[in-house]
Amino acid sequence: MDKHIYLDYAATTPVDPRVAKAMSPWFTEKFGNTMSLHSFGQEAKSALEESREQIAGLIGAKPNEIVFTSSATESNNTALKGVALARRSLGEGGFANHIIISPIEHPCVMEAARWLELQGFEITRLPVDKYGLVGLKDVETAIKPETILVSIIHASNEIGTIQPIAKIGEICRAKGVLFHTDAVQSLGKIPIDVNKMNIDLLTASSHKMYGPKGAALLFIKEGIKITPLLHGGGQENGLRSSTINLPAIIGFAKTCEIYKKEALRRGSGQGENQRIAKLRDKLITGVLNKIPGSHLNGHPKKRLANNANFWFEFVEGESIVIQLDLLGVAASTGSACSSAKLEPSHILLAIGLKAEQAHGSLRLTLGRWTKESDINFVLKVLPKIIKNLRKISPLKG
Amino acid sequence: MALYSKKIMEHFRNPKNVGRMKNPSSAGRAGNMVCGDIMYLYLKITKDKKGREIIKDVKFETFGCTVAIANTSLLTTMVKGKTLEFAAKITKEDLIKKFKQVPLIKIHCSLLAVDALSEAIYDYFKKQGRPISSELQAKHKRIQKEEKEIEHKHEELVELEEKLHKH
Repeated sequence: MDKHIYLDYAATTPVDPRVAKAMSPWFTEKFGNTMSLHSFGQEAKSALEESREQIAGLIGAKPNEIVFTSSATESNNTALKGVALARRSLGEGGFANHIIISPIEHPCVMEAARWLELQGFEITRLPVDKYGLVGLKDVETAIKPETILVSIIHASNEIGTIQPIAKIGEICRAKGVLFHTDAVQSLGKIPIDVNKMNIDLLTASSHKMYGPKGAALLFIKEGIKITPLLHGGGQENGLRSSTINLPAIIGFAKTCEIYKKEALRRGSGQGENQRIAKLRDKLITGVLNKIPGSHLNGHPKKRLANNANFWFEFVEGESIVIQLDLLGVAASTGSACSSAKLEPSHILLAIGLKAEQAHGSLRLTLGRWTKESDINFVLKVLPKIIKNLRKISPLKG
Repeated sequence: MALYSKKIMEHFRNPKNVGRMKNPSSAGRAGNMVCGDIMYLYLKITKDKKGREIIKDVKFETFGCTVAIANTSLLTTMVKGKTLEFAAKITKEDLIKKFKQVPLIKIHCSLLAVDALSEAIYDYFKKQGRPISSELQAKHKRIQKEEKEIEHKHEELVELEEKLHKH
């Protein structure tokens, strides 16, 4: 295997060398604990607050509205459980215990909601259309006096569909209900302004945007009270006790700075996202044209610049992924055979795919270092792979 | 680091005895659409000079993951040219042993391959109008039952889909 073509940027991204460089001194020379009074600690503390400012600026938030966590899973758990536990007693004439989510959330939101259900909270899972879009009417009618939180993923990690977040936020605000969005896949790809988009809580993660693993954030709008999940030394304004992972946060801030300068550059048509979107369109058109019985999952237009997701008739996704891997191309699938549960992706089922269709899915996600020649290579080898697997398949008719 | 053993990858990259057989002596099917593996095995059976029944030719078709495809391919190479009696004794453990390492969640793929073979042998005896051993009968019943259970599970999933997908 000579080639190394990474098309799984939605799973994780490499750390940008500029980010790695910025992080480096914070492991060895500047290793202080942000809670210490001496100069080692204070140096770390001021770097932490500078990072907070940098990152807050990317989403139009105030620095004191950013809580650093270790992962998006932690941020999403904190958002759902933290709001649920804090608001439970605020209901008039009883418990306010109702939470609304979509059926295409990341597992950490789905499972956090399921856990809350076991604790006595009521969860509504909204329907979605065939592209995975949540209906605004459905959000509106699902909200009732007991509702305390609506949590809808900004852009799907699997099918790339982008939700009308600002409008959902508007509905929630009008009804006096908190609105949380999981923006892990969208931050850096779609401009986000928490105020303009009526967002009360937002999750984002460093390692999906060329920063290191181990740093994520939860934006909590000023004035909103949540119950912390971790108790201890009172870091992060008492909302998340734990020693701060400063090198990772420094990296998170650096990557946000790069994003602001490069990826979100608008108007010129030359920004990183425009470049990636062009390659994605070439990939989607190429696959649909070259491979009979291929279908696009997710919205044709309202989708992440870097996401392509297909399903292929008569073949199974895990086999496609392994065949691609043999040729040096890294991809992923929503097939059951790739999951520990042996169940196909709940997202693909939610948009109406049958089990056998969901099994035949392939996700290719592009990024900063994807070249046109990479896309050309995939367009060259994928039709052959599908053809060969169909030869083996009994379903071809 | 690779996910699968060398032997699995050999059979996956270059599967043996692929395709549909014209006029097979018998055929067997195992698997289900929900967990995503369906396997068909076709047998051509003749008698040798000693009058023993020999699997003269075998072909397979599999919709499924890497391990599912590799398992069916491996199984066909193990039974081709062998007596029916020998083939009937192959277990999933035999397949797993040959692959050296099979991830836990893929063990059922080995079972499915053996099941498809067992169903093909059942089909052969049935077509011949010959008595079927209680062991093979029991296996046939279990495989059929498992398919039904999975179908039932599939119905549940369809219901769930419809619930979530009311547009």
